[in-house]
Amino acid sequence: MTGTAPESWYLALSAALFSIGVVGVIVRRNPLVIFMSIELMLNAANLAFVAFGHRLGSAEGQAVVFFVMAVAAAEVAVGLAIIVAIFRLRRRLSVDDLSLMRW
Amino acid sequence: MSALAFVIVAGIAVGSALGLVLRRNPIHGALFLVVNLGAVAALYLTLGAQFLAAAQVVVYAGAIMVLFVFAIMVLIPGKEETGPDPRRAWRLLALPVGGLLLVLLGVVVTTGLRGRPPGAAAARPPDGVEGIARLLFTDYLFPFELTSVLLLAAMVGVLVLARGRAS
Repeated sequence: MTGTAPESWYLALSAALFSIGVVGVIVRRNPLVIFMSIELMLNAANLAFVAFGHRLGSAEGQAVVFFVMAVAAAEVAVGLAIIVAIFRLRRRLSVDDLSLMRW
Repeated sequence: MSALAFVIVAGIAVGSALGLVLRRNPIHGALFLVVNLGAVAALYLTLGAQFLAAAQVVVYAGAIMVLFVFAIMVLIPGKEETGPDPRRAWRLLALPVGGLLLVLLGVVVTTGLRGRPPGAAAARPPDGVEGIARLLFTDYLFPFELTSVLLLAAMVGVLVLARGRAS
């Protein structure tokens, strides 16, 4: 079934999405948007996994993506809880203020 | 027809990703991300990964994005990025960095994909759920069970974090 669109197109799209995610992480100041950009990057990596698995004729890529999804769900829950806790402490939400652990 | 569908869906995915990065309002960004996740789910379908497409919609576009929208609504951010940016010069460096990364990834992909891997055509995975289900319950059974421990640990951690210091 899969068709005429070769796997390299999927990998190119994955690279583009990942680069956009990196730019988003660097450019934005809101930790929530940075977090969403990280999700974008995870998603791009997932797409590359599925494309490679399809190319190699194996379902292992899909299995890896399944685990990435589970870890991402846990990561989002903990990360958002941390962001909410930080917001409770200082009533502002900008990564420029969070320099406590900077050397 | 399939190539045209890919181009359309890929355009939607890239456009919504750009929308997430460029729009100032985080709610708009969250909605753009939902569109992006849906487009990638459609691409999973074209790669024969039906289970992942469904899981993508349920877990990512459903559960995770609801969590994001909920957090955005609770925190009501959006005013943080309106003022002048004291680190504007540094942040503008992101564009060349992102472009360079894109070029590097493109080079890696194009050089790595040269030549068909041996035996790829012979071993076609069973389309749909069967291939991944067989793997998850045989070779990957132990990590599969470990994810439940991970999710439980995350849940306990979130409870501790969210309770605050009111003891």
